[in-house]
Amino acid sequence: MRATWAARAALVPVALTALLGYLGSTLWTAQMSVTASRTLPSDHFVGMAQYVRLFSNERWLLSLDNLLLYGVLFISACLLAGSVLAILVDREIAARGWLRQIFLYPYAMSFIATGAVWQWILNPTDGIQAVGRALGFSAFRFDWIVDPDRVLLTIVIATAWQASGFVMAILLAGLSGVDPDLWRAARIDGIPTWRVYTSIVLPQLGYAFATALVLLLTGVVKLYDAVVAMTQGGPGTASEVPTKFIMDHLYGRANLGLASAGAIVLLVTVLALLAPFLYARTRAAASIA
Amino acid sequence: MRRASASVGRIVLHALVVLAALGVLLPLYVMIVTSLKSMDEIRSGALFALPQAPSLAAWKDAWSHACTGLACDGLHAGFANSLWIAVPSTLVAVALGALNGYVLALWRPRGSNLLFGLLMIGAFIPVQVMMYPLVRALGAVGLVGSLPGIVVVHVIFSMPLMTLLFRNYYAALPVELFNAARIDGAGFWTTWTLVLLPMSAPMLAVAAIMQVTGVWNDYLLGLVFAGHELAPMTVQLNNLINTTTGTRNYGVDMAATLLTSLVPLLVYFASGRWFVRGITAGALRG
Repeated sequence: MRATWAARAALVPVALTALLGYLGSTLWTAQMSVTASRTLPSDHFVGMAQYVRLFSNERWLLSLDNLLLYGVLFISACLLAGSVLAILVDREIAARGWLRQIFLYPYAMSFIATGAVWQWILNPTDGIQAVGRALGFSAFRFDWIVDPDRVLLTIVIATAWQASGFVMAILLAGLSGVDPDLWRAARIDGIPTWRVYTSIVLPQLGYAFATALVLLLTGVVKLYDAVVAMTQGGPGTASEVPTKFIMDHLYGRANLGLASAGAIVLLVTVLALLAPFLYARTRAAASIA
Repeated sequence: MRRASASVGRIVLHALVVLAALGVLLPLYVMIVTSLKSMDEIRSGALFALPQAPSLAAWKDAWSHACTGLACDGLHAGFANSLWIAVPSTLVAVALGALNGYVLALWRPRGSNLLFGLLMIGAFIPVQVMMYPLVRALGAVGLVGSLPGIVVVHVIFSMPLMTLLFRNYYAALPVELFNAARIDGAGFWTTWTLVLLPMSAPMLAVAAIMQVTGVWNDYLLGLVFAGHELAPMTVQLNNLINTTTGTRNYGVDMAATLLTSLVPLLVYFASGRWFVRGITAGALRG
């Protein structure tokens, strides 16, 4: 009986974290989002007015568009590159260990460092564009990072470079669970290796892909550091994202109400994206029980 | 015929592997060579060329003279700050994670599943949603811009991953171990410290690796909660590369980027498969 009390007492820090840290502060933010709070929280209730203002704010709408486009491109790039890398490592049995080590190292770097190095490589004056021109192609253009229509692509390149190895690691863990008999059967039937991967093995990795997808999706919604380091939302407002909108309105513009409304919209987006996965998991757990 | 096509396949495979590895390594290579070049050489448009007269001048500048906001004394203060932040944040978070995992996997008091579920959902909430209330709460007790403050914030946000790692680890151990210890009369704390913790070395290492790299690479929490005096290296690096005063020296930028990435990269390359284990343990069984 005393042990049970000790066990409960041991959970106090984590309970405080979940209840006050997560739930409490989320509720507080939700409450502020229906008030006229500016620099400081205010109790002046304004209903959904902040949300109405938010969705008539050009910069917020642009941020959402950017996030959607970025998300589709980033996730596609990571899943594709991650699958290719995983297959390459899976095939190269002799060099497997250190190949995986090479492919995963970008994931150990911060988004600020990632942004810093890609900002340098992609800068038009001395980066890849200058290399092309020095080689004699005087009309060579690669100035996406200062091109409002293409700047998001540069953020996709940098962050996909950082995260593809992560997808690879998750898929490799899934690949190690594939039945070796399957390979023997495929060899006897004379199926080319790449066909075995695309038609038989990869479709079996549904759970690993779903896991990677969930983690990539949450990474997309949280996108902030890389944008700050690479473009600071520019050129102009071309690479603005919702997290940056919220940060700018919390600090620079001292508009707590609007920032809180933005944060709650972001939270609802995350929960909506997670819901199908949580539902699938609960269903799976229920069918096992 | 069969053999010929098989060996062509091998060659294509090797070529692809080499190409992919070079592509992934290219930014690291560019960072290193740029950091060893003079500004004149950098301006000559030879991004991928080896330095003609390698020099560590940019590294010295990045460490002790570069401007990171108002001050111009390089990244060395940020390095110390990151270290001061990372060590206690790791020790406290790993210890708490192990304790939580122990209780949630083996004791399971009433409500613990609900608590764990809440914690896991919390892992997906964008930090911005919780940020202002946390700033206010920590401000009320005078902890914003202090070492305990930033450590508490890191511990709060790492709690889901740390707890998950140890919960799964302890849940996979044979439950007889736990039962035998209890039958022998070991209480709550002795069972943990004398029976389970000595067997937890692999997971303690994995969790510490994840946490050190996570804390070191954090930017947002350091920016908001650490304040100017304690600004971690990532915040200083961002100030350095995006500073608008003076001419940009990409050599210094790249040396600073490498310096900032040094600790996580060393941890990563030294720990090898433990890092991978941390990723997959945190991801696949969540």
